[in-house]
Amino acid sequence: MSEAPEVGPPVVTPVRVVIAVCLVAPFVAMLWVGSYAKVDPTFIGIPFFYWYQMAWVLISTALTMIAYKLWQRDQRARHGGTK
Amino acid sequence: MNDGVNGVALAVFIFFFLAVTVMGFLASRWRKAENENSLDEWGLGGRSFGTWITWFLLGGDLYTAYTFVAVPAAIYAAGAAGFFAVPYTILVYPLIFTFLPRLWSVSHKHGYVTTSDFVRGRWGSKGLSLAVAVTGILATMPYIALQLVGIQAVLDVMGVGGGEDTNWFIKDLPLLIAFGVLAAYTYSSGLRAPAMIAFVKDTLIYIVIAVAIIYIPIKLGGFDEIFAKAGEAYSQTNPATGAPRGALAPGEAGQWTYATLALGSALALFMYPHSITATLSSKSREVIRRNTTILPLYSLMLGLLALLGFMAIAAGIKVANGQLAIPQLFETMFPAWFAGVAFAAIGIGALVPAAIMSIAAANLFTRNIYKDFIKPDATPEQETKVSKLVSLLVKVGALAFVLTMDKTVAINFQLLGGIWILQTFPALVGGLFTRWFHRWALLGGWAVGMIYGTVAAYGVASPTQKHFGGSAKEIPGIGEIGYIGLTAFVLNVVVTVVLTFVLRALKAPEGIDETSPEDYTADAGDPGVKVELPPATAGAAH
Repeated sequence: MSEAPEVGPPVVTPVRVVIAVCLVAPFVAMLWVGSYAKVDPTFIGIPFFYWYQMAWVLISTALTMIAYKLWQRDQRARHGGTK
Repeated sequence: MNDGVNGVALAVFIFFFLAVTVMGFLASRWRKAENENSLDEWGLGGRSFGTWITWFLLGGDLYTAYTFVAVPAAIYAAGAAGFFAVPYTILVYPLIFTFLPRLWSVSHKHGYVTTSDFVRGRWGSKGLSLAVAVTGILATMPYIALQLVGIQAVLDVMGVGGGEDTNWFIKDLPLLIAFGVLAAYTYSSGLRAPAMIAFVKDTLIYIVIAVAIIYIPIKLGGFDEIFAKAGEAYSQTNPATGAPRGALAPGEAGQWTYATLALGSALALFMYPHSITATLSSKSREVIRRNTTILPLYSLMLGLLALLGFMAIAAGIKVANGQLAIPQLFETMFPAWFAGVAFAAIGIGALVPAAIMSIAAANLFTRNIYKDFIKPDATPEQETKVSKLVSLLVKVGALAFVLTMDKTVAINFQLLGGIWILQTFPALVGGLFTRWFHRWALLGGWAVGMIYGTVAAYGVASPTQKHFGGSAKEIPGIGEIGYIGLTAFVLNVVVTVVLTFVLRALKAPEGIDETSPEDYTADAGDPGVKVELPPATAGAAH
């Protein structure tokens, strides 16, 4: 995300780091297949492999939502509350 | 496959089909703008869609009938490996969160209708834009054909697909009718038709999945029972390969394949013209970001749907053609009327994406081949006319493809299409963030990626096919088995970077960039965002 103008507030801010972490986390979790390629523990009979990934649908949704809210706030602060 | 026509299911199916047909034709009056004869109107629904319509449209567009049939079919066939569709759709949203709003902004500012429009404007290269357009059209055509395969699977199970002995015309008549109707309302209503039908499609799909995921496990004795039976079935040795049929969790060897398939597919999804068409039809930048937070609901549904593959095994469904596993499961488990609802969901699920895909392919042809190379002075009216005609041609082509060739040909091309479309990523997404790459380097990288991907995919054999037997192959230099598309993509980027250095050293002409940095962050209502784009649909309810 490089939407910041050249001048003005710094491009990298703590809020933006949090946004980046929220967006990168699902990639780390999902691409590290070895961390969840197993059958146990099961949940209501569904092997770990499946319910864990389905749980990540919800987790990544929450993370994207956080990123979206933080981004909105970040933009509002930068553009003097026009949006 | 089936002993006779399932009358009740067929009646329900026909009822829903007629209902959406009427809606499709009425859609042209929905939120009508003053100037109907522009490509923005017909091809992008006036760029006026809000959060919810965009959500339905994108959902209806990305999660196609073929997905509904093929994902559980893959699980049915091999178990865990088929589940990669779930991490794939998880990764899509954080990814598009970062680049799609920029594409929306620059497209709105400059009136771009297709990705190739942007590529031409950004890199000042008609050649590169043509490469992107041709790749898009090539990748979309087999995708449309596969939607037909989805409808065929449903018709077969309902018993109206005809047997081997019926004459071809009777056999294919239902499919011909379905497609004729689809072509007619797409022609008259443009993108508004699938947008409206998507409501029905998704509502039906959600109902069917919700019922299936509760009702079927109860009938089969719970998930414990289902997975026990499935695990047993996967451990059986497949006589064709001499290895077990599949597994409940991917083994060490399959993990690279799983991860690269998920990542490569996620990168590729929003390179497809139909995804971009649905995105650009939204009315503001915020609509897109907001959608990345609600679209995952479809991923959840997809995950549940995938579980149906296990249920098909546990229910003892035996089909030679895996594509029929899920329709057959529905027919076996559900009362006839509800099976009809489920079939309608799949059937309509094919119509929505097929319509959007044909519109997207038509827009590409019109804007980036017809206007750029054949008739540069085409008026908006002419553009719209050509687009409408091409959307018909594309569908007829897909139909001919499915009727005359073996289904595996369509599936092979779809597999290739995914590899190909990923090769447009550097020019498109790269271009949204930087102008550093050289346009000729991008073209070179694209060509290398396309050639490597095609040759590599050709060389993959499976027990049933000598070529195009799968989409994974050993990654050169790493030695693990990975998705060919992703390997080709990495190669593409490396070539692009190296060539950029070379071409810059040679001072090759860079081409004119018609965009400026602030174009990428512009939002609706900002000064300078073209208002010649419809001050759409005043008075439309939101």
